[in-house]
Amino acid sequence: MAETHKQSSKFRDDILRHAPSFEKVVKEQRDLLLANLVMIGEIPAPTFQEADRLEFVKNRFTEANLQNCSTDEVGNTVGLLPGTKGERTLLMVAHADTVFSEKVDHTISVGPNKITGPGVADNSLGLAVLSTIPAFLENMDIELDSNLLLMGTTRSLGQGNLEGLRFFLSNSTIPIHTGVSIEGAQLGRLSYSSVGMLRGVITCIVPEEEDFLRMTDTNAIITINEVINKIIDIRLPKRPRTYIIMGAINAGHSYNTAATKATLQFEIRSERAEIVRQIRDQLEEIVAEVSSQSGMFVKLDIVATRRPGGIRFKHPLSRVTREIMKTMDIEPEIRPSISELSAFISNDIPAITVGISKAEHIHEPNESVLIDPMYKGIAQLISILMAIDKGYCDEN
Amino acid sequence: MKIEEWIKSNTFHHSRFWDLKKLVEEKERQNIRISLCIPTLNEEKTIGKEVVIFRSELMQRYPLLDEIAIIDSGSEDNTLEVASAFGAQVYSATDILPHLESKRGKGENLWKAIYQLTGDIICYVDADIKNIHPRFVYGLVAPLIYNSETKYVKAFYDRPLAYSHGVRPSGGGRVTEILVRPLFSLLFPDLTGLIQPLSGEYAVRREVLERISFPIGYGVETSHLLDVYHKWGLAAFAQTDLDQRVHRNQSTRDLGKMAFGIMQTFLRRSEKLGIFKEIPNYHTILRQFQAQEKDYHQIEFPIVEDERPPMITVPEYREKYSIPETEVK
Repeated sequence: MAETHKQSSKFRDDILRHAPSFEKVVKEQRDLLLANLVMIGEIPAPTFQEADRLEFVKNRFTEANLQNCSTDEVGNTVGLLPGTKGERTLLMVAHADTVFSEKVDHTISVGPNKITGPGVADNSLGLAVLSTIPAFLENMDIELDSNLLLMGTTRSLGQGNLEGLRFFLSNSTIPIHTGVSIEGAQLGRLSYSSVGMLRGVITCIVPEEEDFLRMTDTNAIITINEVINKIIDIRLPKRPRTYIIMGAINAGHSYNTAATKATLQFEIRSERAEIVRQIRDQLEEIVAEVSSQSGMFVKLDIVATRRPGGIRFKHPLSRVTREIMKTMDIEPEIRPSISELSAFISNDIPAITVGISKAEHIHEPNESVLIDPMYKGIAQLISILMAIDKGYCDEN
Repeated sequence: MKIEEWIKSNTFHHSRFWDLKKLVEEKERQNIRISLCIPTLNEEKTIGKEVVIFRSELMQRYPLLDEIAIIDSGSEDNTLEVASAFGAQVYSATDILPHLESKRGKGENLWKAIYQLTGDIICYVDADIKNIHPRFVYGLVAPLIYNSETKYVKAFYDRPLAYSHGVRPSGGGRVTEILVRPLFSLLFPDLTGLIQPLSGEYAVRREVLERISFPIGYGVETSHLLDVYHKWGLAAFAQTDLDQRVHRNQSTRDLGKMAFGIMQTFLRRSEKLGIFKEIPNYHTILRQFQAQEKDYHQIEFPIVEDERPPMITVPEYREKYSIPETEVK
């Protein structure tokens, strides 16, 4: 008990006492951060096309004198800040891809209080913070004992299925002690567990021999509607919590021509992997049944999966992060994640995801992030990094 | 210097100057100061980004710039507040040399910057650039730092169109290609080597700026080119390709006003340089049409290209920079 109290007091002295003062230093580096945000944000980076954006990040890492600045086979870009002891390595990541096509105007505007433009929150801000971390640490005179590996990851969103970080964790020879994933939004976000997830597309296609008839009963919309009705009938358990999200539907071209193709994009989320598997089996049955009844070609494609898991609520990494947030008057918004955190969890690496600022209109062209909360969000991140480095987040 | 020779030796692409560390070392070795002037009028949407990018990249990371100043013509939006919030020096043109009769126009801001800013080189960058990048400054300043003969560096922007052949048309905007290039071709063929003579971005040595007149309106760029060419020759110019510049497009009607102002400046300058013996008094009202059903109306726009004299003739300037009156020639 006395030992625990001593540890807690040391934590307060080492980390919590400094956390608010970090905010001031971050504010002094505002121009560097915002310039990085603007320049990163104006380079389009749809999933699978992150190379240009990460080339910029690599140049930033090189200019900051990080070591081993390099790009791997799937495009992930890393830079290593060696620790004074170097006995363990912490991995801090931010995904480089956004949901916006390269055809979208990526001009960013800078207002007195906020930055606006496609993808600024998800996740140009996260990547900008990652690129500016070496400067923040230098200006705070912080030297970490651990090695800090900074990485902009590729192929995170949608069909990317976290391929970037998964590739790195599967192939890297460096043992990763702890992972931190940075998301631009929202300040207060704290994820330390991942739900099980399966993301897929159901496609209905009118066979070519029936296409010419264009009769109302050979209509892909009617068939996809049949699929949807059957999905709605699936009984979902209340515990473990389970959802089926029908996210997007596409079909047809005009008013007066029967649709020959329809697609439904959906996601299954559950706290238990077994439930996700059971629902997947049911969906396969639905697809086979509707296909045989309608005479149409109906298929199910799985585009992404996540395994549920993560650290416990009482794990020191989660507890210490909450304590830092409390000290800094940040209201924690705890929720499971399906982002980079899942890749860490799959590799049994303790990890968290935190957000940096308050954002609006996420995934819309007028996406925006507030400037002022960024200072607190980054100070929180640096405090967490220091706590991990000093061993306050170790389980034993 | 032959025009082809000049184009070959004095035309650059900004990528040639990517090594900012080396550029800053050379600047420091020469012990010169560089100022950035951004003339503004209601630019609240773009000014914040320009200031943030230039301060971060060209003052903090690579100290190429010694000062960034906004010189404003009386914005009614939040231009000054935004620029100031991000750390730029902010001036209202009317507050600089306030005893002089007030004139309003971009050229007035550029001229007053010579008095207010302290750089040996002043770089002018417009405030309406959507895709702002540090190259808009270092691409223009670098030729001056690396070559003491160069005095005036102009920006140009190539248009990345797809062409199946190796040769493609390249040049300036509508006013350049329809008005200025034909005029230069007729009377100042050397100046046709400038790909975009009207671009609003340029870097110039103080010793040149203080000795040339400044029309306060549309004619300021044209006037500069004619005067610098007359006094220092073609070799004083260089031009840098800054790739794309994304900005708001002007209507044909607005370009008509611009062309009208430029014509006035061109005629007056040509007369002063002895190209024409005597230009008759010309009218200063531009007449454009508008139609309402079948009725046509003329709209009149008075456009007078007023002009400021070389700054070195202003006593306050000579006093500030300790220049003896005998220097005024």
